[in-house]
Amino acid sequence: MAVADQPATADQPTSAEFTVVRAEGIVKRFGPTLALDRAQLAVRPGEAHALVGRNGAGKSTLVSVLTGMERPDEGTVTFSDEPAPGYGDTAAWQRKVACVYQKSMVVPDLTVAENLYLGRFQGTSRIRWRALREDARALLAEYGVDVDPQTRAKDLTVEQGQFVEIARALSFGARLIILDEPTAQLDAGGIERLFSKLRELRRQGVAFLFISHHLQEVYELCDTVTVFRDARHVVTAPVAELPKDELVAAMTGDAEAGPPKGVRGAVPAAVPREEAGPGAEPVLRTEGLSRAGEFDPLDLVVRPGEVVGLAGATASGNTAVGETLVGLRKQDGGRVVVRGRAVRPGSVPHAIDAGIGYVPEDRHRQGLVLGRSVAENATLTVTDQLGPFGTVLPSRTRAFAGRMIASLDIKTSGPGQVVSGLSGGNQQKVVIARALAREPSVLVAIRPTAGVDVKSKDALLGVVREVAAAGSGALIVSDELDDLRVCDRVLAFFHGRVVAEFGSDWSDRGLVAAMEGMAGPETEHGAAEAAAGPAGEGRNGAFKGREGSQS
Amino acid sequence: MTDTTRQRPAEVVAAGEAAATAGRARPKIDIARWRDLSLVPVIFVLGVIGFIVSPAFLTQDNLIGVVQQSTELGLLVLGEALILICGRMDLSLESTIAVAPVIALWLVLPAHGARFEGLGLLPTWTAIPLCLAVGAAIGAANGFLILKLRVNGFIATLGMLTMLRGLQVGVAEGQSIINVPESFRYLGKAEWMGAPAAVWICLGLYAIGGLALGYLRHGRALYAIGGNPEAARAAGVRVDRITWIVLAVGGLLAAFAGILYTGHYGSVAATQGNGWIFQVFAAAVIGGISLKGGRGTLFGALTGVLTLQLVVNVMTLGGVPPLWNQFINGSIIIVALIISRYASGEKQD
Repeated sequence: MAVADQPATADQPTSAEFTVVRAEGIVKRFGPTLALDRAQLAVRPGEAHALVGRNGAGKSTLVSVLTGMERPDEGTVTFSDEPAPGYGDTAAWQRKVACVYQKSMVVPDLTVAENLYLGRFQGTSRIRWRALREDARALLAEYGVDVDPQTRAKDLTVEQGQFVEIARALSFGARLIILDEPTAQLDAGGIERLFSKLRELRRQGVAFLFISHHLQEVYELCDTVTVFRDARHVVTAPVAELPKDELVAAMTGDAEAGPPKGVRGAVPAAVPREEAGPGAEPVLRTEGLSRAGEFDPLDLVVRPGEVVGLAGATASGNTAVGETLVGLRKQDGGRVVVRGRAVRPGSVPHAIDAGIGYVPEDRHRQGLVLGRSVAENATLTVTDQLGPFGTVLPSRTRAFAGRMIASLDIKTSGPGQVVSGLSGGNQQKVVIARALAREPSVLVAIRPTAGVDVKSKDALLGVVREVAAAGSGALIVSDELDDLRVCDRVLAFFHGRVVAEFGSDWSDRGLVAAMEGMAGPETEHGAAEAAAGPAGEGRNGAFKGREGSQS
Repeated sequence: MTDTTRQRPAEVVAAGEAAATAGRARPKIDIARWRDLSLVPVIFVLGVIGFIVSPAFLTQDNLIGVVQQSTELGLLVLGEALILICGRMDLSLESTIAVAPVIALWLVLPAHGARFEGLGLLPTWTAIPLCLAVGAAIGAANGFLILKLRVNGFIATLGMLTMLRGLQVGVAEGQSIINVPESFRYLGKAEWMGAPAAVWICLGLYAIGGLALGYLRHGRALYAIGGNPEAARAAGVRVDRITWIVLAVGGLLAAFAGILYTGHYGSVAATQGNGWIFQVFAAAVIGGISLKGGRGTLFGALTGVLTLQLVVNVMTLGGVPPLWNQFINGSIIIVALIISRYASGEKQD
């Protein structure tokens, strides 16, 4: 915060200027969390405005506020200098703004024509099918969308679906379209066609708010960029005036790419260790591990005492690697080897038996049985060790859980406490306890500190470091820089492949640039061993289609 | 407890409870124990009402009659409770209780000489093992539909319910089977130590089930599977395999209930089990089994069964006109549901 805050208003359009949408002083709280802190945004007609920021920066909350899904606690939203419609008046909001999501919002089993006119069939209560088709055809033609209105929506390609949604939004009268990661599922040709369509519509005065993790695309398409960080507006500037490294710096708040900020504190920092040398037998090795459409063949080595980070933004493939290692997903090719022993693909019990401890991405979805006790959750992976002949003795369970509670310092009223009553940080400790219960050779932790407070974060990462210190290995899969700080090595993922490798001395800026698909010459000293490869070539790398990744 | 200030609103209530009780020695566990007992006062009140209504209530014959009548329903509830705890449901149990004995008898009864003509393929003594095998096979078939084909469990077992009832009607030609072999009759009418054998067997099975849920690896896994199958899978529990086994065990228990019922009345009635599934679900839910899975105990389920049966008994003794039975039975289920919801303090959605 302290370093990077540039004067926020510097490049803002002055209030005299005409705007399609203007949000000022938006504050939004979810319980104790401040999701937006006096946020502001202004989009001019015909502008392509990029909204960038790391996860949790407040982008999605701002989109919800701009589309009338959430009512801000403070602040105002105006459309073309008129106050925003009342909350709950969906039709009025639809006439102002529309959001095209990654996942299409159309009704899959209805035709394109029906989707276009859903909820606003004209005339009497009887639907005139012929007229509806003609209207739809005319509407699509007006915006130059080449889709047969009688196609069922589910048969459309992602690209066609987006065009139909954009046409639908425009037909309501909206002059601002929000595109949330529109290119994530498109191949190179699709992105090209989408971009040329957007340029064409901009000439008609339609403004776009473009949310993307691919900064390269921001530079290609947009003329203005707004950066959010930690729920606040950081900077708005014409893209031409904001070089890539400054943009990344604004996203990370790491202006000088200097030493990491104070968060480090209690966390034992990554230290180079002798036993991590090439001589030691790896605790985890993958050989050409791959899954079509998710990640390319990966050779990964984790040595005893080593913490390796797999950095990557959402859908970059790093999470898929983690879930494949533990058998939740089955690889298409290659194998996983733990301490020299191959692990049976696609089987969690075998992966756990082989010595992989797993901390899943989302503790509520995969980590915990919320209605059960701390003891039950912590011992879920070791039920075979708690009594003879397949029995689970309550006394041993309690004792085992008691040891875990003590060693991880879980704040609980006792082993019998129901997990849903714990705080986020302590819940996460229970998940880690479950993973460590079998004394794994390698710990695979996906976003291990998601949604926990700073103090617990330090404690959790300290635990990971201790696991490594005891001679096991650890793999942290995350996009949180704080998680990756404890790593000895960090591999940056982008579009399913490793685009850069860093030692423990990476800079925030270099790593974020790599995760956002801008690895290459412009990354800083941290990218010493940069395995830049094809992604360094910019567009070619970024354009590797999800379907085509097998080739 | 400083961490409790940081959590999301939904957790605050539970955490506050935890914080309030943290100072005392293991109170949390005691509260959990009490929840299982929430129907015990209801049963006690029913007993008092029964005593007031009729002097015949508190006699050995009457009470033994009540528990004897509870056994068949009880076994179905036992099977359904296991299935519900691991997060599934099986409606077809009420047809299994009839179709399993019918198929077993069809295979063993002689082809000539009686009103119901079987195939006579197998010796008579195989009737009981056959019946149980048919029950388990039905459960396994449900498992195949739900777990392999991934069809909707509610509709799949509803279809199975109807299909099996039809199979029974077709095989038995819509009639009751009265020439039941002696081995098949024994368990339903024998008396051991002054009480019907069925009662002892039922209690024994509940005890085994309760111990398995509490002390066996795979039993404990049911709660994890029902509570959060994704988490169970990520922890290395073989979710599908265990669920499949539980569905088969449910069918097996329903078939066993069929044996007891057939023995008790000396015949396989054409309508045996018809409409019972509502009672089964009612007993399980008022007994504290969550329809969403992952919560409940077999003791609670057993108290649910006894509550329902006592209500019927008290009404009968109280001279309630039989035509009103159905109405009162339904309203009692709703009242019991509300009582147990507030006694346990948990929502039953």
